[in-house]
Amino acid sequence: MNPVIAVHNLRKTYGPVTAVDTISFTVQPGEIFAIVGPNGAGKTTAVESIIGLRKPDSGDIRVLGLDPQTQSRELKQRIGIQLQQAALPSRIKVWEALALFATFYDHTLAWEPLLETWGLAEKRNAQFAKLSGGQKQRLFIALALLNDPEVVFLDELTTGLDPQARHTTWDAVRAIREQGKTVILVTHFMEEAEQLADRMAIIDGGRVVALDTPQALVQGLQAGSRVRFTSYNGFDVGLLRPLPGVTQVEQNGRQITVHGSGPLLSHVVSALNSQNLAPADLSVEQANLEDVFLALTGRQIRD
Amino acid sequence: MKTLWKMIWTELKLQLREPVGVFFTLAFPLMLLFIFGSIYGNEPSDYLGGHGSIDISVPGYIGMIIGTIGMLSLPIALSTYREQGILRRLQATPLPSSIILWSQVAVNVIMTLLGASMLVIAGFVVYDLSVPQASLGLLLAVILSGFSFLAVGFVLAGVLPTARSAQAVGMALFYPMLFLSGAAMPRQVMPEGVQKFSELLPLTHVVKLLEGLWLDGVWNQTSLAVVVGLLMVCLVISRRTFRWE
Repeated sequence: MNPVIAVHNLRKTYGPVTAVDTISFTVQPGEIFAIVGPNGAGKTTAVESIIGLRKPDSGDIRVLGLDPQTQSRELKQRIGIQLQQAALPSRIKVWEALALFATFYDHTLAWEPLLETWGLAEKRNAQFAKLSGGQKQRLFIALALLNDPEVVFLDELTTGLDPQARHTTWDAVRAIREQGKTVILVTHFMEEAEQLADRMAIIDGGRVVALDTPQALVQGLQAGSRVRFTSYNGFDVGLLRPLPGVTQVEQNGRQITVHGSGPLLSHVVSALNSQNLAPADLSVEQANLEDVFLALTGRQIRD
Repeated sequence: MKTLWKMIWTELKLQLREPVGVFFTLAFPLMLLFIFGSIYGNEPSDYLGGHGSIDISVPGYIGMIIGTIGMLSLPIALSTYREQGILRRLQATPLPSSIILWSQVAVNVIMTLLGASMLVIAGFVVYDLSVPQASLGLLLAVILSGFSFLAVGFVLAGVLPTARSAQAVGMALFYPMLFLSGAAMPRQVMPEGVQKFSELLPLTHVVKLLEGLWLDGVWNQTSLAVVVGLLMVCLVISRRTFRWE
């Protein structure tokens, strides 16, 4: 299958600042592809170059086989965009925005059903400035889907939303993919990428530092999992070291942490049972994408 | 074409929902007309070169509308649209940039004509305002002056970084011109020195151009040259300075 997006050696500088430093990746039809990284990593610049809003210094970009610089209007007919820093006039009503944007495209969906789908039917006569953060985001999604696009770009879709609105929005993104559309998701939330992405590129300092499925990235880390519990005084940690899959046992006072992989928890539990030990606070932690980012960059992704 | 009309219509509705803008472009000039009309009436006066107060004031008030829209409404609206990312959102659609800009020009010309028509109708009905000597010329001059000050507005929006600074600079330019150009009060009552100074203000020439066509039916050549010159210069500058973000 031809990729929907092919980016080869994209580079973009602003004066002395290199925002994007030689990025390459491809996106396949029908996948949710996440571009993840901390604020200032170059994610938005990369995406804005891909959709033709910015002119890259060098590199080759094809979206749906089109060149975003020379075939910009043709491309914009076929893609849907939700931008990170964008707004509508504060006094425009929800229905007016949809009716207006509908005139920009050759082919559009009927916008009334979109209002229903995105839970905006009751707000159709509300002015943009009066909408909540979540309602504004849903309106932006509706606008991005208005031309029934083949590729949808969503930049920091859930930033500023409360957890409940975020989960609703995630369901919405899955629903977009189920319509057969390709989704490019730009986010600085690792959890969002972990929840939604089929594949992801981790970007840091303008470069792709990792590119794979979220599962493969976590497994590739070989961090495995951690089991923690509180023991009694004089507990012999030597008992745990020979267990299958255990790589390291840390003892901090009575606090024991067992590092390892495989079915670590059940091995630890049976070893403890054989000693008639049943700690009340036994817990297991899986490595996640935040650990991947930490391992790759030596920094936490959070600001 | 359908897109352009839809943009103009939507933008017109938005402007009419903005109380401050509506007040200064539509209500305030009418208020002045009624206040000064009730004080001075429209009897011919020697102080005003044999013209009535209303006959002198209405071309001035139309100049005031042109100045308000060009130096305040347009630059503030454009820089707000830029600052908030509204222009960016529009640029992410296939909408040609020229339509975004032309719809702004068109809406503001419509607002100017709307404000001017309300003044003229009120003047005719309430104060026996004289009929313009050259009506078609007057209409053309209003549109031309409108374009000229909209070009000023595009320059301000391009040069100034934020909506706040556009508002501050717009006011600093507008208010002295408002009071010295003859837009808010007749130049004829001002000291000679002030009148000389007011010749340096572009809005004075809008007022003189409209006055000439209204009262005498002639194009004031100097003022026409100033208005056209301002349009040309500002077009050249705004082409270089206009920014989308």
